[in-house]
Amino acid sequence: MKQKLVIIGAGMASGRVIEQLLEHAPDAYDITLFNAEPRGNYNRIMLSPVLSGDKTYDEIVTHSDAWYAEHGVTCRFGEKVLRIDRENREVEGENGTLSYDKLVVASGSNPFIIPLPGHDLEGVIAYRDLEDTERMMTMTEGNRVVVIGGGLLGLEAAAGMAARGADVTVIHIMGHLMERQLDEAAGYLLKKSLEEKGITVRVSANSKQILGENGKVRALQLDDGTELPCDLLVMAVGIRPNIALGKEAGLAVGRGIHVDDQMLTSDENILAVGECVEHDGAIFGLVAPLYDQARVAAQTLMGEAATFVQKTLSTKLKVTGCDLFSAGDFAEGEGREDIVFRDPARGVYKRLVIEGDRLVGCVMYGDTADGNWFFGLIKDATSIEDMRDTVIFGPAFQGGAQSDPLSAVAALPPEAEICGCNGVCKGTIVEAIQAGANDLGAVKAVTKASASCGTCTGLVEQLLQVTLGDDFQMPTVQPVCGCTDLCHEDVRRLIKSQELKSQAAVWQELGWKTPNGCHVCRPAVNFYLLADWPLEYRDDPQSRFVNERKHANIQKDGTFSVVPRMWGGITNPGELRAIADAAEKFGVPTVKVTGGQRIDLLGVKGEDLPAIWADLNRAGLVSGHAYSKGLRTVKTCVGTDHCRFGTQDSTGLGIKLEQMLWGSWTPHKVKLAVSGCPRNCAEATCKDVGIICVDSGYQVGVGGAAGMDLKETERLLDVPTEQEAIDVTVAFVQLYRESAKYLDRPYKWVAKVGLDWVRERIMDLEERRRLIDAFELSQTIYRKDPWAEHADKSRDFAPLADLTLEAAE
Amino acid sequence: MSWIDIGQIDDVPERGARVVKTPLGCVALFRTAPEEVFAVSNTCPHKAGPLAEGIVHGNKVTCPLHNWVFDLNTGQAVGEDAQIDTYPVKLESGRIFLDGTALGKRSAA
Ligand code: SRM
Ligand SMILES: Cc1cc2nc3c(=O)[nH]c(=O)nc-3n(C[C@H](O)[C@H](O)[C@H](O)COP(=O)(O)OP(=O)(O)OC[C@H]3O[C@@H](n4cnc5c(N)ncnc54)[C@H](O)[C@@H]3O)c2cc1C
Ligand code: SF4
Ligand code: FES
Repeated sequence: MKQKLVIIGAGMASGRVIEQLLEHAPDAYDITLFNAEPRGNYNRIMLSPVLSGDKTYDEIVTHSDAWYAEHGVTCRFGEKVLRIDRENREVEGENGTLSYDKLVVASGSNPFIIPLPGHDLEGVIAYRDLEDTERMMTMTEGNRVVVIGGGLLGLEAAAGMAARGADVTVIHIMGHLMERQLDEAAGYLLKKSLEEKGITVRVSANSKQILGENGKVRALQLDDGTELPCDLLVMAVGIRPNIALGKEAGLAVGRGIHVDDQMLTSDENILAVGECVEHDGAIFGLVAPLYDQARVAAQTLMGEAATFVQKTLSTKLKVTGCDLFSAGDFAEGEGREDIVFRDPARGVYKRLVIEGDRLVGCVMYGDTADGNWFFGLIKDATSIEDMRDTVIFGPAFQGGAQSDPLSAVAALPPEAEICGCNGVCKGTIVEAIQAGANDLGAVKAVTKASASCGTCTGLVEQLLQVTLGDDFQMPTVQPVCGCTDLCHEDVRRLIKSQELKSQAAVWQELGWKTPNGCHVCRPAVNFYLLADWPLEYRDDPQSRFVNERKHANIQKDGTFSVVPRMWGGITNPGELRAIADAAEKFGVPTVKVTGGQRIDLLGVKGEDLPAIWADLNRAGLVSGHAYSKGLRTVKTCVGTDHCRFGTQDSTGLGIKLEQMLWGSWTPHKVKLAVSGCPRNCAEATCKDVGIICVDSGYQVGVGGAAGMDLKETERLLDVPTEQEAIDVTVAFVQLYRESAKYLDRPYKWVAKVGLDWVRERIMDLEERRRLIDAFELSQTIYRKDPWAEHADKSRDFAPLADLTLEAAE
Repeated sequence: MSWIDIGQIDDVPERGARVVKTPLGCVALFRTAPEEVFAVSNTCPHKAGPLAEGIVHGNKVTCPLHNWVFDLNTGQAVGEDAQIDTYPVKLESGRIFLDGTALGKRSAA
C-alpha cells in the first residue's frame, strides 16, 4: 500500500524532491503538496528576468497544473499549513486536517524586514515572490523607488526597475556593495556600472525611518536627515529561515530546523529541506546545495542510504548586465596570499586567494570567462605551483601576458587633462606625437604640456611610450611603492584628470597590484583624495599613521604626547593653569617647552587621551596638531606691541595666520614664523613660510628648512599690507597642497617646480583668488578641533575587553 | 576551547584594530575586511611597538614605530626573522569570540 507523504511548501527544494521520487519510486507515496502561495513550483531565481521584462511568468513555471495532475500529486495551493500535530501525525491546513506517514517541511525562508518606524506602511515590500515582482513591475517612468540593501537581491530589484524606466536609489549600510561576495575593488566597479545605468547608489548610508502619508510610504529618511522621496520601498536586507511551524511542533531548531546528514529532523518521520534547514551549523541561501539536499531527502524517503555533504560554493552572480563572479573562500583562511590583476582600460578586476600551493578563492569583475576554470582549481584542490605566476591570466594564457603598467594611461579618454598648468589634454599630446614630436622636449615645445611646473612629465613620457612603442626609451621613475608602477606625480594628475574620488577607484583605475594598498601608499592616496575632493571624499582614519589617527604623538613606550595650540606662542594664566591641572590629574611624567613655542605633555596613556582633551578643551585649548602633516606652529616675536624695533604687529599677524591655516592637511608638515624686523627673533628665515616685517610692509619668504636639511627661505613676494601677506601665504599653502608629492616639505617641492613658476601663479590675481577660495572650501570641513570631536569617544580609545579581571579572582 | 564573547564586529573599524587585555598580555584584534578578524599579540618583537596602532593592509599590519610588517595569518614578520603569537578567533552572527583557553584563562565563566 502507498504511504502518505505530505509536503509543506511548493518551492525549489521540494520540487526537486518530488521529481526524484517520481522518477525512482513512482509508486511509493501518495503525495499531497501544500503551498501558501496560490500556485505551484516556479523557478524563483528567474523572477529577476520577469521583473526586467526579459521573461514572462509562464516561462519560469517549473511544474504546471497539468504536470501535477499527470503525476497524481494532490495540490492544496493557496492554503497555508497552520500546525503540525506530531503525536497524531497530522497537519492542519487552513481548509482542513490531513494525516501523514512521512512529512517534508520545505517552507523556505522569510525576507527580513528591518523594524524601522514606518515599516508597515503600504508600499513597503520585500523581494521574494511573484506578488512582490508584479508590484515592482508597475514602477516605470515617473516613479521613484528606494531599495534598502546592496546585496544580490536588492541590486537585482534595482536593475530590474531601472530597466523599466523608474528612478531608483539603492541604500547600502556597508562601505561597498555586496560586501560578502565581493571585495572593495569589485564593489567599486559594480557601483560604477550601476551608476552608468542611471541608478543612484549610496553606500555607508544608515536608514532612520520610513515616512508616510495617508498610510502609504512617502519617503525614506536617513540618519543624516536626508529624505529620499519614493512611491515604493523595497527592503532586501536578508532572509530568515522559516522555522515557525517546526519550532511550534517541538522539532529541534537553531537558526534553521536542525537536520542530520539524511535530512531527517529530530522526529524520524519528518524531513526538512531547503532554506528552512540548518545543517551542521550552516544555513543556505542558494539553490545548488538545496538540490543536493533534495536528492538525499528523496533517497531517505525511499529507504536508501545517502549523505548530504556541504560543498565549496561558487556564485556566478548575475546582476543584470554586470559581469561578476566570486567563488570559494576569499575571506578567511591560514597563510594566504593574494594575486591581483587589474586592467583599467577594460574595467577588469581579478583577485585570486592562494593558500600554500592551492587556490582557495577568487573574485572577478568585468571578465568572468575563466570563472569556471578557477572554480575547478578550487574544488579539486589542484596544485598550482607550476603556474603560480601566470595562473591569473587563465587557461588560455599559461606562460603569456603580464600586467601592463601603461594601461592606466592608455585607458584615458582623449579629453583627459594631462597638463594642469597649461590645460593640455591627452588628445592634443597624442596628435603632436603622431605628427612627429617624438621626445619630451618636442612635445613641450609643440603643446606646452609639462613646460611649466613639470609634475606631469611622467605622464607625457608614458604617452610617448604608448604612442611610439619601443621607439621611445622610457626613463625609469620611482614608483610610490610596490603596489603600483606609477610615481606620486602621475597618481596625483590621474586622480584629477580621471576624477577618481575614492581609494577603491584609485586602486582599480590605476591598476594597483594589491587588494588595498600598503602603509606607504594608503596615507599618500588618502591625502591626495581629500586635498583634491574635499567635499566628495571622506578622510579615512585607517589610512593614517597612528599619530594622525590618535591625534597625538606616539612615544617609544606606546604612550602619547599632548600639545595644545598656543596661538602665535601667546598664552595666559588660565591656559597655563589648565595645563598644570591636566598634567597633575593624568600623572604626566614630563612637561616640556617645545622648540615651537608651546608646551608638550609627554607620556599620556592612550586610554586617557579623550579625558585629558576634554579637560583642556574646557579651558579653550585645542589640538596643536604637533602630530600632523598639516599646520604645526606659527612662531612669532613680540613685535610692535613691546619691542622697540618692531615695525609691524608680528604677533597679531602670526595669530591670524595660525587661525586661518590650522586644521588643514598638507603633503608634509608646515611651519611658519613672523618676525617683527630683520633681526628675526622668530627665526622666520628657516621656515616653510617666513615673514619678515619691514617699514614698507611684509617680506614673504618660502621654502626654508632647519631639520634634516638646512636652507634659507627664498623671497616669494614683498607686499605692502597685512591682508596681502595673509593672501599670499594661504595661496602658497594651497598650491603646495594641490601639487606637491606626499612627504615633500615645501622646500623640496619648490626645488622641483621652480620658484618662478610658484611666483607666477601667485602673482596672477585670478589664480591667487582661486587658490584662496579652494583652501577656504576645504577648511569648511577641516578647520575643526579633532580633540573636541573625539573627546566623547573614550570607548574607542579603551581596550575592547579586559579578560584579566576574571582570571585574578 | 572555551569561546568568550568579546564584542561586536562593528566595535572594530574596518582595516583597524582594538586591544583586548588578557592574562598573556595585550592581544590585538584586527578587522581586515567587513567579516574577517584576526587576533595576535599586540607587542612588536622589535622594540615592543603597539601593533594595534599600525596601518592594516591586506592581511598584514605595519608596526607604527619602525615599520616592520607582520602577516596576520601566521604571525610571521615579512623579511625579518621574527614572529608574533596568533590566537584562535571566530565570528558568529556579528559577534567576535576569542578562545579563553589559548589566552591562559582558567575558565570562560
Ligand atoms: C616636541 C619637539 C621637540 C621639542 O621638545 O622641542 C619635536 C618632537 C618631534 N619631532 Fe621635531 N619637534 C619639535 C620641533 C622641531 C623643529 C623646530 C621648530 O619647529 O621650530 C624642527 C626643525 C624645523 C623643521 O621642521 O624643519 C623639527 C624637525 C623635525 C623633523 C625633520 C623635518 C624635516 O623636514 O627635515 C622630524 C622628522 C619628520 O617630521 O619627518 C621631526 C619629528 C619629530 C617627532 C614627531 C618624531 C616622531 O615622529 O616621533 C618628535 C615627536 C616627539 C614626541 O614624542 O612628542 N622633527 N622639529 C618640537 C615640537 C614643536 C611643536 O611645538 O610642535
Ligand atoms: C528574486 C530572487 C532571486 C534569486 N536568485 C538566485 C540565484 O541567482 N541563484 C541561487 O542559487 N539562488 C537564488 N535565489 C534563492 C533561491 O531562490 C532560494 O534559495 C530557493 O528558492 C529556496 O528554495 P526553498 O524550496 O527552500 O524555498 P522556496 O522556494 O521559498 O519555497 C518555499 C515555499 O513554501 C511556502 N510556505 C512557507 N510556509 C508555508 C506554510 N506554512 N504552509 C504552506 N506553504 C508554506 C512558501 O509560500 C514558498 O512558496 C533567489 C531568490 C530570489 C527571491
Ligand atoms: S631631535 Fe630627534 S630625538 Fe629630538 S625630538 Fe626631534 S626627532 Fe626626537
Ligand atoms: S617596535 Fe615594531 S618595528 Fe620597531
